[in-house]
Amino acid sequence: MSLSNTATITWFFACKVEDVPANGGVCVKYRDEQIALFHFSRRGEWYATQNLCPHRRQMALSRGMIGTQGGEPKVACPFHKKSFSLADGRCLSDDTECSLTTYPVKVEEDRVYIGIVNGSGHAAVMA
Amino acid sequence: MTKIVIIGNGMTSYKFCEKIIAKAVPGTLQLVVFGEEPRPAYDRVHLSAFFSGKTAQDLELAPADWYAQQGITLHLGDPVQHIDRAQKTVHSHKGITETYDYLVMATGAAAFVPPIPGVDKKGVFIYRTIEDLEMIRDYAPHAATGAVIGGGLLGLEAAKALLDLGLRDTHVIEFAPRLMPRQIDDSGSSLLKAQLEKLGLRVHTSMQTTAILGDDTITGLQFADDSSLPADILIISAGIAPRDELARLCGLDTGHRGGIVVNEQLQTSDPYIYAIGECALYNGMIYGLVAPGYEMAEVVASQLTGTEKAFTGFDMSTKLKLIGVDVASFGNPFTPADQCRSIVFEDTLKGVYKRINITPDGQHLLGGILIGDADDYNMLLQTAKNKVVLPPNPEDVLLGARGGQAEGAAGVLGLPDEATICSCENISKAAICNAVKDGHETLDAVKKCTKAATCCGGCAPMVKDLITATLKSQGKYIRNVLCEHFDYSRQELFDLIRIKNLYSFDEVLDHYGHGDGCEVCKPAIASILASLWNEMILAKGNDTAQDSNDRFLANIQKGGTYSVVPRVPGGEITPRQLMVIAQVAEKYNLYTKITGGQRIDMFGAHVNDLPLIWEELIAAGFESGHAYGKALRTVKSCVGSTWCRFGLHDSVSYAIRIEQRYRGLRAPHKIKSAVSGCIRECAEAQSKDFGIIATEKGWNLYVCGNGGSKPQHAVLLAGDLDSETCIRYIDRFLMFYIKTADPLTRTATWLNKLDGGIEYLRNVVVNDSLGIAAQLESEMQALVDNYKCEWKEVVENPALRKRFSHFVNAPEEKDPTVSFEHLREQKKAAEWK
Ligand SMILES: Cc1cc2nc3c(=O)[nH]c(=O)nc-3n(C[C@H](O)[C@H](O)[C@H](O)COP(=O)(O)OP(=O)(O)OC[C@H]3O[C@@H](n4cnc5c(N)ncnc54)[C@H](O)[C@@H]3O)c2cc1C
Repeated sequence: MSLSNTATITWFFACKVEDVPANGGVCVKYRDEQIALFHFSRRGEWYATQNLCPHRRQMALSRGMIGTQGGEPKVACPFHKKSFSLADGRCLSDDTECSLTTYPVKVEEDRVYIGIVNGSGHAAVMA
Repeated sequence: MTKIVIIGNGMTSYKFCEKIIAKAVPGTLQLVVFGEEPRPAYDRVHLSAFFSGKTAQDLELAPADWYAQQGITLHLGDPVQHIDRAQKTVHSHKGITETYDYLVMATGAAAFVPPIPGVDKKGVFIYRTIEDLEMIRDYAPHAATGAVIGGGLLGLEAAKALLDLGLRDTHVIEFAPRLMPRQIDDSGSSLLKAQLEKLGLRVHTSMQTTAILGDDTITGLQFADDSSLPADILIISAGIAPRDELARLCGLDTGHRGGIVVNEQLQTSDPYIYAIGECALYNGMIYGLVAPGYEMAEVVASQLTGTEKAFTGFDMSTKLKLIGVDVASFGNPFTPADQCRSIVFEDTLKGVYKRINITPDGQHLLGGILIGDADDYNMLLQTAKNKVVLPPNPEDVLLGARGGQAEGAAGVLGLPDEATICSCENISKAAICNAVKDGHETLDAVKKCTKAATCCGGCAPMVKDLITATLKSQGKYIRNVLCEHFDYSRQELFDLIRIKNLYSFDEVLDHYGHGDGCEVCKPAIASILASLWNEMILAKGNDTAQDSNDRFLANIQKGGTYSVVPRVPGGEITPRQLMVIAQVAEKYNLYTKITGGQRIDMFGAHVNDLPLIWEELIAAGFESGHAYGKALRTVKSCVGSTWCRFGLHDSVSYAIRIEQRYRGLRAPHKIKSAVSGCIRECAEAQSKDFGIIATEKGWNLYVCGNGGSKPQHAVLLAGDLDSETCIRYIDRFLMFYIKTADPLTRTATWLNKLDGGIEYLRNVVVNDSLGIAAQLESEMQALVDNYKCEWKEVVENPALRKRFSHFVNAPEEKDPTVSFEHLREQKKAAEWK
């Protein structure tokens, strides 16, 4: 994915590439927050969103299944199968549902970093 | 506003309401219905289904609130006692008086009880209402020997009910020299008798009952030839008596053998009063079937909404299944020999008898009788009714064209457009084909749109044929493709994956799909792979193609914790194992509950704790229960002959054997099973995907039952099997289901959609009609041989174990947002927000 690499992003080390299952997700702890990190290896892409599914407020998206809908990468929550775009976080199955906060990801060597804009990544818990 | 009062709320009354509501301009009619029975009209035709598990509510033609929604006033449990024709009012038992513009009498008939001394004794019943059946059901456990007076349609049905209630010694007593004297001939009757006797009924023809023996309670029957028969329960089913007592009271014309006299308009001798259904006497005849009653309802509903229509008699052809034996008669089965040619086919071994009468010139079909195999009934009936010209060898209509000629315009397609396909609802071939052309392309859709096949269901196969033929003629071919990533149905993919030897979701996607998959195709294909190869489901990158529950081998619950269910085969568990479960549950602070499948479920486990919990369970000999998978769940059992004084066989041992055979078997949906040790059926096997019930001679195998939101009783696939054969049939059945069902389709729905239904399934599984039985068995054996407990593999494999943490960068920490609330002595998940 393309990143707008501006000075206001703080990158933190999440995990090694091998820690994330191919075409799946893991949950990353950042301070008191939970971020879902996905390796869409089939497309050679990485995504990160809040781990909280806004529908029933469950910390579950990292355990969701990823895939595409009309070419758009998405994750489906394991609880009620609500789908969210991995690219911009909007809910694909229900217009009225809140969007997810998304985070930039970068990989250097075998290390995966998640970017926090302006050093404040509170959205994951507050959403 | 016209006010119509209807007396009686039986089948015809309901149909009348339905039809007149559909025809009337809204707001122009007021309808008031009085019913004597305590519940709204129900399906009396399928009354006996009450004994095979249907509830009174299942049998309802429409719920009470349907009447309210239609603006119909319904007084139940309140018979009309008096009609004042001068004032045009009716008066009910509870004291209600209603005026009417028109009165419709739909009072039906009562069972005719011949004046035999002793009919008032305890243990003597009739067979007409749900209450009758409730009383029979409650009395039957006290009885060992059953008798039915009457060997007609209803009597044989009552006899079957007694057999079903466990009275193995059941006798049918018929006055006439043959069974069903009004429908079938002597040869047909003797064949039917032989078939019924094979099934355990004793049939006595030419027997006149002279007394019912016993003090207060029946002990037996006395016959005119001085013989007698012991019996503890008797059902009298010797015909019907039209309910014309009200009509008599108010001076309407009635027949001297009963029935309210009506003309072609179905008016009684008072033009403001109509009579329809079994109480009406038209042209000297009572019509004791539902279809003519519905036609009468149609005629009166039309007239009262301004369309001329007349009743001119009705074809009394019938087809029914008596104790599993098809019996049908159509047209005129008794045309004298000098006015027709008869063609008879008889196979005493298979128990099939067919006779058709054709015109002397061989051109047209007049009528006939089918026993043992009535699949062609509707076709033949329509051929007779529509005077379709017969093929050059008329026997072809009985035996099918032999000699390899093309079928031509035979079958349902050869019928004219106006041919009636559904005779209960009077729906023509054209109406059905047009519905299909308008986009109602499934049987369900056509049923909803036209009402065809909604009553007796006998025409469903013809309707299906018409749907397929119409779609074909439009160049359509129906297929259920999986999702946007695969243009194949599950069944097609199953075959393709097997032939190409593919083992991972990505391989399958590369070969047969496009795009990147989704939450629909991933688990569907993961399930196919598991059903085909039975490999560790988390290997080969398939972990992330599994549904979340399968991916973590546990059931995700509210709040994001998991529940854990170890396998307890057959529900048998040792005190030692119980202690281990107790220790584990206390140690990991789990809520425990007994499941419906005779196991113990432990809730509230953190994902991090799952491998630790399983390590302890496995050390104590437990295995995964696959409660999280679309897989075999449990094989429930009753305690069986090892302890139970009624048990016929050791149901627990057999359940354990079966559960261990199919444990871990992945399928399109979950599979449940049960084994009962006797007909009391304590394990509820008939509500399972496959259920087994002990019989004196072996096991009965039932398939495709379902509990859940749409309960459905399992149907008998094969009876009196030995243990080995039963397992072979289960192998074939399960494998055939696994190979052909759509994703997430339980066996019950699968069967409902299967062309040819249970007959087809039985042919494939029992008679090996597709020649694949051996293959199915060996495929199943391969899966059985490949079984491993997947939790054992995870516990022993550090790479797999590593996936069971909440935070990838803090594996020891648990999800801090998980919270529980206190409930009784235990805990529960915090409520959704
Ligand atoms: C066991 C069984 C199996 C059958 N199988 C078949 C079959 O396979 N095929 C087939 O075509 N037919 C079958 N029949 C016959 C079919 O059920 C009847 O033809 C049909 O029910 C007749 O409908 P009806 O409305 O005329 O009478 P009913 O359905 O009997 O309804 C009449 C109603 O009027 C009520 N009533 C009577 N007097 C009063 C009053 N004064 N005030 C208020 N209410 C009153 C009665 O209590 C009853 O509820 C079967 C019947 C039975 C009993």
